[in-house]
Amino acid sequence: MPSARALLIWSALAAAILVPVAVATTSPYLDWRGPVYIGAGFAGILALGLMLLQPLLAAGYLPGLPPRPGRRVHLWLGVALVVLVLLHVVGLYLTSPPDALDALLFRSPTPFSIWGVLAMWAVFLSALLAIFRLRGRLSPRFWRLAHTALALVIVVGTVLHALYVDGAMEMITKAGLCLLLLFATFRAVIDLRAWALLRRRPPPPDRR
Amino acid sequence: MTEKTSTRRRLLAAGASFGGAALLAGPAGLILPAQAAGLAPTPTMRGGANNYRPGAPIVTRIGGGGFMMTGTVRRAGDGAPLSGIRIQIWAHTTEGREEDERSHGATLTAADGTFRLDMPQIIPIFGQPHGHLAYEGAGSSFKTCFLRPVMANARDKSLAAHFVLEPA
Repeated sequence: MPSARALLIWSALAAAILVPVAVATTSPYLDWRGPVYIGAGFAGILALGLMLLQPLLAAGYLPGLPPRPGRRVHLWLGVALVVLVLLHVVGLYLTSPPDALDALLFRSPTPFSIWGVLAMWAVFLSALLAIFRLRGRLSPRFWRLAHTALALVIVVGTVLHALYVDGAMEMITKAGLCLLLLFATFRAVIDLRAWALLRRRPPPPDRR
Repeated sequence: MTEKTSTRRRLLAAGASFGGAALLAGPAGLILPAQAAGLAPTPTMRGGANNYRPGAPIVTRIGGGGFMMTGTVRRAGDGAPLSGIRIQIWAHTTEGREEDERSHGATLTAADGTFRLDMPQIIPIFGQPHGHLAYEGAGSSFKTCFLRPVMANARDKSLAAHFVLEPA
């Protein structure tokens, strides 16, 4: 039987991720868009929402998911993020090839696409490094520093990208989700002392 | 050893005089040619030509209308308004996508160089509510120019774009 606190945390988290997605499904813009473009947009929205879980899982903040099993979930969510980013980009390409190519080649007129493309490459590089890490080809020190740096690029790039887009997401729920993501990420990086490569202490008991 | 000191002094003096000269010449160098050339031509905007369809027909209205695209066309240099200039307009609207044939239409400028075309409401696509306009210069006396103006608000009912064309 989960505690009331655990129940509260999990439902608040589910609301933080699902409410922005649900509000976006009511956007009037969707009436004027084709299914491929809508799918591409929601792949991006879902990726933004699921990203919130990543720092929480990595740091073991979530009740019932301490760091070790939490990081298995973190790994599979990482795979899901790669797939969602691919769906987002391919869907946008199918919707308007010249606009998608402009963004990928960093020559788009929209100032926010550059942040999205940057975050995309950081997601792919993260996945590549994770493969090498799982095969034992990377030292824990290098992996830890590189993965944390890439995570910061992914989160900041994604937030800047999302905030400037005039799209299906409603502004207040979008800004709320972005703030939560930034807060969770910086809190996790600080708590895990990701830059401290040699002496790392276990997190204090109140965070367990 | 005095040589070194004097070299440094000379360097400083040269630097100061160069800086002073640049300060005097700089602004003049920037302003004078611009004044001589008059009105500068509008550069083609990034992404302006995306989903362009060469030779879209001249229409009185694109689809059902309800949204007004307006603008002016002038000549670079003296800024004279240009009449009878063909401007092609397209956008992602409530009635179609950018690449759809029915989303495209062209109009001609009036004697005062202005143009206006009734079209369906523009809807944001790729994160910005924007329109596309083309001056198709092939075989004419001005160079081709593509514009991609962005609406301040997605609920706006009109959008303006201004061309200053460069003689070919």
